[in-house]
Amino acid sequence: MLSGMSVPLTLLGLLEREPSHGYDLKRDYDTWFGRGKPLPYGQVYATLSRLARDGKAIVGPAEPGEGPDRKRYAITEAGIAEVEQWLAEPAPPEPHLQTVLFSKVVLALMLGRPADRYLDAQRAAHLQRMRELTALKERGDMMDTLLADHGLYHLEADLRWIDHTAVRLDMLAQEVHQ
Amino acid sequence: MSATIEARGVVKSFGQTPALRGATIAVGPGEIVAVMGPSGSGKSTLLHCLAGILTPDEGEVWFAGQRLDTLTETQRSELRRDKFGFVFQSGQLVPELTAEENVALPLLLGGTRRAAALAEAGAWFGRLGLDGLGTRRSGELSGGQAQRVALARGMVNRPQVLFADEPTGSLDSVSGELVMSLMTRAAREQGTTVILVTHDARVAAYAGREVIVRDGAVTSLTGATPSAGATR
Repeated sequence: MLSGMSVPLTLLGLLEREPSHGYDLKRDYDTWFGRGKPLPYGQVYATLSRLARDGKAIVGPAEPGEGPDRKRYAITEAGIAEVEQWLAEPAPPEPHLQTVLFSKVVLALMLGRPADRYLDAQRAAHLQRMRELTALKERGDMMDTLLADHGLYHLEADLRWIDHTAVRLDMLAQEVHQ
Repeated sequence: MSATIEARGVVKSFGQTPALRGATIAVGPGEIVAVMGPSGSGKSTLLHCLAGILTPDEGEVWFAGQRLDTLTETQRSELRRDKFGFVFQSGQLVPELTAEENVALPLLLGGTRRAAALAEAGAWFGRLGLDGLGTRRSGELSGGQAQRVALARGMVNRPQVLFADEPTGSLDSVSGELVMSLMTRAAREQGTTVILVTHDARVAAYAGREVIVRDGAVTSLTGATPSAGATR
């Protein structure tokens, strides 16, 4: 399951594909991003209400049918811009980013956006942080070195994941579009 | 700022196999640049073209305002001896010579008298934590020690450019970090430009910036700045 910060943007990204009901969004989210931990309905509808309130999505009239909410949501221009900005900006290079990076790559491929460029931006941000930690080691004491090494090894693991993912983007794109 | 060393649209093939397809890179005085990329991407070929070891099929290589790729083999050979230093992955010391003689080799080949060359070489042993190892032969050195001797040999003629191709590739991580730390400190002290080919991000993090070679072309990674607001 993604971190709480990523859920609204991921739902918004899913809305960019096509206008959807909350139920469909929850199903797609659980399929692609839930990783065995489904998103509660309450969170889906609360998030959609907030997105509508903030002008990132618009909500159509209620439709007849079963389920708690039969309203169809559509993304707005402001919402599309928000998704684009989130995908394009590298996340702060901290260890254990896999959930954010994973969701960005899958969403970018779903939306036909340049996932390779987003990965490059993230790679640059990671390497910059690794340079800072290396500089800290060079001028610091053994305690600084141990702490910096911990960060460096985790960032390196993320970078290797970025490299492997970059090589497999074509295959991933096929899978996402199946 | 004019570049110390530069490749402009360099193309290089080996038989039918293209290694570089228009590689362009400019590295300024005293810059330390990591050249990264997957295996077979052309990063070592780029280093060899920049160093005048290989001549490009197309494109130009410039060093300190001078066209390098059109020089004769003899002229390039002299340039490599006098202006460039090299550190490779392993196996580069002459086994018949002592460590000190190995370090002095570029000076001896450049015409420096033996006593002066050995004195100059000896000064590097203390600097790189190799005290007392000057009379050993390469078979009597650990991998990390041998690589530090190779580094001393690469730096002893105070080169304008040091070319390092996977310099820690055969070392464990602690020895590798020591070599990188000593290399970048010495280069910064002497104002030496360094072209560092590596696939290892922790090694590349000793450089000031990095470029990536992909499919024979150079990509610069000056990406967007991360923003805490990006995950709103």
